[in-house]
Amino acid sequence: MKSFFNKQHQKLIADPMGDQNPITIQVLGICSALAITTQLENALVMTLAVIFVMTSASSIISILRNHIPNRIRIIVQLLVVASLVALVDQILKAFLPDASEQLSVFIGLIITNCIIMGRLEAFAMGNKLWESFLDALGNAFGYGWILVAVAFVRELFGSGKLMGYEVPGFSHLYELGYMNNNLMILPPMALIVVGLIIWMQRARNNDLIEEN
Amino acid sequence: MNKESNIYTFTFAVIMVLIIGTVLAFTSEVLQPRKKQNAADKKMIDILSAIGVDATRAQAKEEYSKYIIAETIINNKGEIIDGSAFNIDVLFQYRDKTLSPDDFKYPFYTAEKDNQTYFIVPMAGTGLWGPVWGFVALEQDYNTVYGAAFDHKAETPGLGAEINTDFFELPFKGKKIKNYLGEFVSIEVKKGGAEEGNMHQVDGITGGTITSDGVSDMLFNTLQIYDNYFSQINTVNDTTAQLINIDNINMQ
Repeated sequence: MKSFFNKQHQKLIADPMGDQNPITIQVLGICSALAITTQLENALVMTLAVIFVMTSASSIISILRNHIPNRIRIIVQLLVVASLVALVDQILKAFLPDASEQLSVFIGLIITNCIIMGRLEAFAMGNKLWESFLDALGNAFGYGWILVAVAFVRELFGSGKLMGYEVPGFSHLYELGYMNNNLMILPPMALIVVGLIIWMQRARNNDLIEEN
Repeated sequence: MNKESNIYTFTFAVIMVLIIGTVLAFTSEVLQPRKKQNAADKKMIDILSAIGVDATRAQAKEEYSKYIIAETIINNKGEIIDGSAFNIDVLFQYRDKTLSPDDFKYPFYTAEKDNQTYFIVPMAGTGLWGPVWGFVALEQDYNTVYGAAFDHKAETPGLGAEINTDFFELPFKGKKIKNYLGEFVSIEVKKGGAEEGNMHQVDGITGGTITSDGVSDMLFNTLQIYDNYFSQINTVNDTTAQLINIDNINMQ
């Protein structure tokens, strides 16, 4: 019997965090990465929501994979994702109303997050429960850390805050004439920050650069 | 059993939908009281923000009962009617196509802060992409605006969406809804900026003209109903009314 967490399992988690990152390498899930990264808190809530939806959806689909009729498999996947998202939306509305208001439409849009459908169709439909769960977890984290990194930069330089709190030391900077960069709050900067991450990633690992 | 047969596919789909439907309906039902409470807290926060009280969700209820001393409902003729003012959703009512505007109920909240009485009026209107709404607090003279808070569902970020920011809301403070003759004129959100010293205009939002106009219309349509009512009760106290008029003339 294979071990519970072998090399292959590690790869399932590690790859999407780095060289197979859904956002920076596969360029999936970009829309939400651009839209909700003005504040770190929103990025964290979104990440948690996506982790929950992805791991649950992948597990459910993986369990059902041998029973799902081929002709309606996309519909079944969509149904599972949509109901999980509806569940998350309800829970947020009840327990985190402010975050729910801020994220508003983007929670609903998790349904259309290409990463989730992509992993269900490409992985969970053909792999066992544990592997599918790890793959989903890896991809959700891969998505999440980019979100958090982008939100960190944008909130820090755009509002001079982190998690909504003033950063100590910034008050001295303001006295010296430093100003928050409003451009950071606007959507284009999210694209540029993601671009910078992509650049750094490819500078570190030349294999990632496409040949033309 | 043949996994690709129509019967299997159909049965699978039906069972799947039944299970998921049950789970979702159950969750929604269980969480209903919490969601209702959250919505009520939010409304209290919004009402209080019109008189410049910043409440958090945790103390919304407490602060609300501290500042709000009365809730009243009037109809469009300015008569007081019975009911729970807090539970009237003016936005829902505004968008309800089956309801005639003659049947609208108009709630308002009487607040007391630092020994001053204020009347907080909720309102709803139409922006560019969706509804806009807000609360305007009038001072004891039923004329001067003490504060205003607006919000929107889907206005353009950076343009119309700015109506919920201080830069748009703060200029409302001190504006008058009646002219020096005591006639109702409302407050206009003026494209290109308010005229210097005009008591009935505030700056519009450049690039957000339709939203600005929507707010203007909303203010006009709603405030005239309340003004009608307030004028009725104000004439009872003639001396106050006169004082207010003199005040106004001085202001102009």
